[in-house]
Amino acid sequence: MSESAIELVGINKSFGSVRANKDIDLNIKSGTIHGIVGENGAGKSTLMSILYGFYQADSGEIRVGGKKVAIASSNDAIALGIGMVHQHFMLVQNFTVLENIILGAEGEALLNSSISKARSELRRLEKEYGLDVDPDAIIEDLPVGLQQRVEILKALYRGADILILDEPTGVLTPAEADHLFRILDQLRAEGKTVVLITHKLREIKAITDSVSVMRQGAIVDTRKTAEVSVEELAELMVGRRVLLRVEKGDMRPGEVKLSVRNLTVVDSRGVKVVDDVSFDVRGGEIVGIAGVAGNGQSQLLETISGIRAAVSGTVTLDGKPIDVTGAADPGDLRDRGLAHVPEDRHYVGLVLPFEEYENSILGYHDRAEYLNGPFLNIDAIRADARMKIEQYDVRPRNERLKTANFSGGNQQKIVLARELEKDPGVLVIGQPTRGVDVGAIEFIHRRLIDMRDQGRAVLLVSVELDEIRSLSDRILVMFDGKVVGERSGEATEGELGLLMAGIDGKEAAE
Amino acid sequence: MEHSFVVAIQILDSTIRLSIPLMFACLAGLYSERAGVFDIGLEGKMLAAAFAGAAGAAVYGSAWVGLSLAIVVSVFLALVHGFASITNRGNQIVSGVAINFIAAGTTVILGQAWFAQGGRTPSLGGEQRFTGVALPFAEAARDIPIIGYIYAELISGHSILVYLAFFTVAFTWWVLFRTRFGLRLRAVGENPAAVDTAGISVTWLRYRAVICTGILCGLAGAYLSMAIGAGFVKDMTAGRGFIALAALIFAKWKPVPAMFACLLFGFLDAVSIRLQGSPLPIIGPVPTQLMQALPYVMTVILLAGFIGRAIPPRAGGVPYVKER
Amino acid sequence: MSVPYAKLPGWADYGLIPLINVIVAFAVAGLVVLLVGESPVEAFGYLIEGAFGRGQNIAYTLYYATSFIFTGLAVAVAFHGGLFNIGGEGQAYVGGLGVALIVLSLDTVFPWWVNFPLAILGAALMGALWAFIPAYLQAKRGSHIVITTIMFNFIAASLMVYLLTTVLKPPASMSPQTRTFAEGGQLPKLNFVFDWFGAAVRSSPLNISFLLALVAAFLVWVLIWRTKLGYEIRTQGFSPKAARYAGIGETRIILITMMISGALAGMMALNPVMGDSNRLQLDFVTGAGFVGIAVALMGRSHPAGIIPAAILFGVLYQGGAEIAFMMPSISRDMIIIIQGLVILFAGALEHMFRPSLQAMFASISPRSGAGEAAGQKGA
Repeated sequence: MSESAIELVGINKSFGSVRANKDIDLNIKSGTIHGIVGENGAGKSTLMSILYGFYQADSGEIRVGGKKVAIASSNDAIALGIGMVHQHFMLVQNFTVLENIILGAEGEALLNSSISKARSELRRLEKEYGLDVDPDAIIEDLPVGLQQRVEILKALYRGADILILDEPTGVLTPAEADHLFRILDQLRAEGKTVVLITHKLREIKAITDSVSVMRQGAIVDTRKTAEVSVEELAELMVGRRVLLRVEKGDMRPGEVKLSVRNLTVVDSRGVKVVDDVSFDVRGGEIVGIAGVAGNGQSQLLETISGIRAAVSGTVTLDGKPIDVTGAADPGDLRDRGLAHVPEDRHYVGLVLPFEEYENSILGYHDRAEYLNGPFLNIDAIRADARMKIEQYDVRPRNERLKTANFSGGNQQKIVLARELEKDPGVLVIGQPTRGVDVGAIEFIHRRLIDMRDQGRAVLLVSVELDEIRSLSDRILVMFDGKVVGERSGEATEGELGLLMAGIDGKEAAE
Repeated sequence: MEHSFVVAIQILDSTIRLSIPLMFACLAGLYSERAGVFDIGLEGKMLAAAFAGAAGAAVYGSAWVGLSLAIVVSVFLALVHGFASITNRGNQIVSGVAINFIAAGTTVILGQAWFAQGGRTPSLGGEQRFTGVALPFAEAARDIPIIGYIYAELISGHSILVYLAFFTVAFTWWVLFRTRFGLRLRAVGENPAAVDTAGISVTWLRYRAVICTGILCGLAGAYLSMAIGAGFVKDMTAGRGFIALAALIFAKWKPVPAMFACLLFGFLDAVSIRLQGSPLPIIGPVPTQLMQALPYVMTVILLAGFIGRAIPPRAGGVPYVKER
Repeated sequence: MSVPYAKLPGWADYGLIPLINVIVAFAVAGLVVLLVGESPVEAFGYLIEGAFGRGQNIAYTLYYATSFIFTGLAVAVAFHGGLFNIGGEGQAYVGGLGVALIVLSLDTVFPWWVNFPLAILGAALMGALWAFIPAYLQAKRGSHIVITTIMFNFIAASLMVYLLTTVLKPPASMSPQTRTFAEGGQLPKLNFVFDWFGAAVRSSPLNISFLLALVAAFLVWVLIWRTKLGYEIRTQGFSPKAARYAGIGETRIILITMMISGALAGMMALNPVMGDSNRLQLDFVTGAGFVGIAVALMGRSHPAGIIPAAILFGVLYQGGAEIAFMMPSISRDMIIIIQGLVILFAGALEHMFRPSLQAMFASISPRSGAGEAAGQKGA
């Protein structure tokens, strides 16, 4: 069991002037589960894409089963027995499970025999690994957990001995994730090698045999999982000891600023994505909404901020209703003091081709201070943008630069500056630190606490449980569109984790 | 035999003739668009093929040489579209528009330079054209009432390309839903990333699709100038490429409905030619312009979602860029 | 982290790349000339001679350019809103109807300077109306605007043929056109401008709608880059989700953008109908709507680029006539080829030369690359 499945020697990869991978050496033993952890942008996905033939390394050597290989395309990777389960599933939505599985591995030019061959092979895999799924179901009708299973089946059907999973649990409930881990266990028992890419340290501890930590494109350490603690891994990941709690004073709750009652939202397929949700947010408190991604938090945010319409329920802002079931207008809500930092800053919160100053008024572009009648008051807008750049330490300090040329953290600061500088009574914010570097995270967290201390109401949605726990005064947990529990900011990770899986705390205790 | 029956058969007969170029062009568009490459350059490819076919037939005296040239030229333009929209990830609509103009201009300029007949090619005759082929027993069956007459007049006597068009409908269905190529073609139009990660080249697959488009546009053009017509005339496609596109949307990108949509639009054309302004029973006089505009109006109504919903292939019109 | 791509200096982006595109388009067109057995160099000489040789030629060149400025602006405004208006041809055609309706009823009543503003309104309104339906269907029903505007070009053609052969044609006449407008429906020519320069122009169609086109170009610049509406249009064009987030109504922007676009296309009709032929005829648009696509692409949707691009096409149309006259084997259809090639190279293949240019600029000035990297890192 000690021979190498994959060896990487001196892998380098640059995109333009950005070095995504620096001198990567990695040795993954056959028949093990090897974890690769790192923050967003640490270079994990790039490395795996090189292994799967999506990109070619600028220099370095890849050995599979001890032999030096060249992986120029996914095809080469597949031929070498490497399979990959992508973070965003590579499935054709209107195809059946079977069609998806045989795509690219049809065998012969006509489909009839390859389909029946695949059907029997699928039955075998089902038995061997407990991967049951209806072969004739259409992908778009399947829940994400099952779609992921189809991805795993695809790799196994191609005879993969090495399976790479890229952030596989991001879209799963804890129960589904547990099921996935059992499957991975089974795969390991059958002698397969699994590479698990994640930024969740708990998963590393739960399932892997060994773990490599990546930071800024380099592998900083590789350890046996049993011999390393979560705290150590976290430190390796970010490069210094992380402050798990943000310093904050006691909460002084004030009036109810935002009140949500029986809110229900359905998506385009008619599925209830927000289901009868009610809660209040008071001035001077941060209410965090925890949950696995895709349990309705995004839609809840969008509905409250007027982007998406609800089918029923009410939302009041400072005691006055918002027309959430009809024509709520985000512009109106801003005028009424509700600011919104959206989850997706690239396509929602910012217009990337705009110059920075143009983005500094997005949503506030109809304010009198930026206009002369129907015309834009360009001088005033630029002066205002320069001021915000100073205050929020946006770099580079150039309001004429295209927004796309700022880093993630600076882009987020541009959005924050815009939304906070109008002194809103209520802030609705989603994934405030996604794709943001560590330095900026602290800055952003500090700002949110300041808002709260000034008596503003903050509604925070994040999939990062640590972030929710360290910032929130109260935590609501969403599961399957419903608020399944409310806890204080002191709630333990375990307690919240159970709720996020849809398991009531009391039930679990029984 | 009753006069109205004979007239009906005549109208249906010309319906078939007028539908054929639409059918080839529509199926041509189907290959490309199912693979995720929008093509509003069907018109230009057809036109160029019509010219190349007629010119080739005139010069070499053989319809088959003409047909081959028509296909070669059309495939070349399809590859230009592929180069712009697949390799260079350009805007597919813009590329299609460009090809329409290049074809419209080049056919006339070359036609004038080579044949000096005001942009026309010389009239074709005999071996230079695809003339009607009599199916077996057509003459003998003519006297059998109704069925025999229909067989002899409506089904028999078309050029070989007509039968090829109907065969192509069935063949396309089979390719799309029963072969590996078809599976991949449908997949690449829906989610090219899935195809790429399955180890299949998105680029090569899409190029093969546009080559299919080129071949079929070549047949459509050849039919226009060498079967229905006897030579190339300036701008002879007259918007058929766009009607074919409309038919493709009408058929929701499926081969068999595409055939029916083309027959329907061909029928409208046949009726309007037949009527030439003379009044219809019950309805009264209908302007020919209304009949001509009807396919477009119907397509707009369909697109507006008042009769079903036409959902294009999901990845259509978007160049494929690998994501990290 | 996005892949940083080296930026080009503005002059390269807006000057050099279009120039390269035009040169390549001309080179390929030159090959066609060779194929026909003529000399491309000689043909180019005739082109320039024909377009600029005498005052009258310049006047013709600008007359054509007038139409193309309007249609180019029409396409550009829609581009800014993220919409591809391929229906300029139909909108211009129907715009002609608006001109004719106003002029036919008022040309014997009022002088031209009263009728002109009314005709502008008529043309703009009809063009906007013809763009409104596809815009409405896009905004409310999600119908692909490229397809619907194409369909509306054909519907416009059928409609206009019908109207010109029935109600608009004088009863006694056989030809499908309106009666000739009286003096109140004729726009003044701009020949006097050439007189100032001592170039006597006997007769040319260049009329004051050229000035209107220049005013329209300026107004489009103001609209897009200096007004709140323009800001909203650009936001919608770049990112519909961001527009929604900013409280910009998608339906409203699609409708307004397309109607402005349609109005500009419709106003093109003033130039040939009221400025030159003084009657409404079949097919008077003669492809100007499509030329607008080439003009907008080449001018990178900026009025400062659209005016020169429109003049370039004016040169092609006027100079092309000269080529056709001097070289009988090359008809004016040569213009159509060049137009297609410009659309191909400036539009569909716009990315072809960019990477090599970027590499070239990066190698010339390594410091700009380093600045980029610092921008990436800084946080």
